[in-house]
Amino acid sequence: MYRYDEFDTQLVSERVAQFTGQVARRLAGEITEDQFKPLRLMNGVYLQLHAYMLRVAVPYGTLSGKQMHMLAHIARTYDKGYGHFTTRQNIQYNWPALKDIPAILKDLASVEMHAIQTSGNCIRNVTSDQYAGAAAGEIDDPRIWSEIIRQWSTFHPEFTYLPRKFKIAVAGMHEDRAAIRFHDIGIEIVPGKDGKPAFDIYVGGGQGRTPMIAPQIGTAIPADDLITYLEATLRVYNMNGRRDNLYKSRIKILVHAIGADEMRRQVEEEFTRVKEKGALALPDAEIARIRAYFMPPAYETLDDNSPALDKAMADNKAFANWVKTNVSAHKQAGYAIANISLKPVGGVAGDASADQMDVIADLATAYSFDEMRITHEQNITFAHVKKDDLFALWQKLDEVGLGTSNLALITDHIVCPGLDYCALANARSIPISQQIAERFADLDRQHNIGELKIKISGCINACGHHHVGHIGILGVDKKGTEFYQISLGGSADEKASVGDIVGPAFTEEEIVDAIENIVETYLATRQADERFIDTYRRIGKEPFKEKLYATH
Amino acid sequence: MAQHTNKRATTQSVTANRLIDGEVVYLTASGEWSDWLKDAAVADGKEACAALLDQAAPAVAAQHIVDPYLFEVSVEDGVIIPASVREKIRMAGPTIRLDLGKQAVSA
Repeated sequence: MYRYDEFDTQLVSERVAQFTGQVARRLAGEITEDQFKPLRLMNGVYLQLHAYMLRVAVPYGTLSGKQMHMLAHIARTYDKGYGHFTTRQNIQYNWPALKDIPAILKDLASVEMHAIQTSGNCIRNVTSDQYAGAAAGEIDDPRIWSEIIRQWSTFHPEFTYLPRKFKIAVAGMHEDRAAIRFHDIGIEIVPGKDGKPAFDIYVGGGQGRTPMIAPQIGTAIPADDLITYLEATLRVYNMNGRRDNLYKSRIKILVHAIGADEMRRQVEEEFTRVKEKGALALPDAEIARIRAYFMPPAYETLDDNSPALDKAMADNKAFANWVKTNVSAHKQAGYAIANISLKPVGGVAGDASADQMDVIADLATAYSFDEMRITHEQNITFAHVKKDDLFALWQKLDEVGLGTSNLALITDHIVCPGLDYCALANARSIPISQQIAERFADLDRQHNIGELKIKISGCINACGHHHVGHIGILGVDKKGTEFYQISLGGSADEKASVGDIVGPAFTEEEIVDAIENIVETYLATRQADERFIDTYRRIGKEPFKEKLYATH
Repeated sequence: MAQHTNKRATTQSVTANRLIDGEVVYLTASGEWSDWLKDAAVADGKEACAALLDQAAPAVAAQHIVDPYLFEVSVEDGVIIPASVREKIRMAGPTIRLDLGKQAVSA
């Protein structure tokens, strides 16, 4: 994985010193809260319901064992012993004191981490596919390009005060595990000329109040031109994005207003202009230098068949269940991709205790070349595990409550912090997730239902991605009482779709039965091996709506 | 935050977050800031509420608290109860982690 050079180290340590000074001046009253707030946001420091919240950047979700140990140390030393992994592959701490944040940032810097640009109207963490470098069929490792974009966007002076936040995601192949079509800019790596990678650029996707699927603006942009094309896009946005209305300030509103064709035209016009006047060069040597950080690990030469794995699965049903859902195929013979679910029934989706983080760190070092990835669905991926090692890995995960066999099943939810933590929320989201998970806890039942992605948000900002849930749940406030509105048929992958609202909202007492009702409709109508989303796409909303509101 | 103040509320208290550590605090009748809602001053009527909120200003200027605002309460048998789910949670802590926040502190 990427290692800081002297520029990175200097940049981060200067930033720590700068923010340390800013905190001191704030506490001494030399700057007001109005002056301080944009500064603290640029360092990922929010003020939430109960306390401050610190969002630490995890570039494209990738961590080493040492870094995960530091995240555990921070949770233990400065917070309340746990952290929350987010839908942008970052980690959030819910209880840091402002006075301790300079010390936290210093600790982070010691392991090449920071909280830069995890908030504010700037380019945020570039997210990517958690199977990068491991999945068969990958055109190029998307982390290489995520790292290049990260370096380009960090402290970019022209893009530090955008109309609003800006989120970029990169997929390394057509199969999209990074939800690129729901980002401000989504990038899909495609085959280019002369065996080099090229990029399809999607612009203007997003969720929130106004969910939109990004139209494709750029086609097969050559590698040399990637940064210039992104720059042109940001420039068009910076110039034309609305600054007068908070709810119309994202680039998706601009693209929707002027249309994809006009957006493309303006971007290409700026792109041509920049190239004529002198574009930022992205030399092959620099690309090669970054690529060298993402070379395949030192795989052993192995048979793809693992008798040890087969035997363990035959002997241990619980392990076999875990392999069935949580293990995916690897392009290298004898290896597999292992997914750690952070969604135990009865737990809080996406949370891990400091002790669990330490175990995960050691296991990544032992079993996956000292590297792990946070996924945007709030789980953790070990991308390169020997099939022979899977059983030992699972046993150790299971010892600390990390062996849940539910990846992409009905108890694997994306959940925002909701009204239990968040100052913006209208309703609690985590308890709803817990109640649904408890209702469907039986693993045989979960396997019978199959892939069903439930995503839950506590307000219209959609941080829980409810618009792209196969079943989406949005918490609303109706005259002081929490209600839950259901949408169906959303999808964040390459078959992108925004869910359809199914009807009037349900109370907390009703919502779990409502979900069960929807599942029953699916089970009664599915054909062959249709997943929930396949059945929904075939039969549409009406059969579900009818059954759901029959007695409502 | 202004968005969480009920404009039609008549019985209100004032809350804020402490600057140094983000802790939820409540304005008392003596102009101090307590961690506990039970110590909060309660104002009745529009004018009294506005006057109460004004009392928060010195603490803002002194870098003690940030973002003070009024929130609706009722008083039942001498116990101050927040009207909104949000302030009930803010008073106690996360409902899904009863071991965290003010609710976890022994009286």
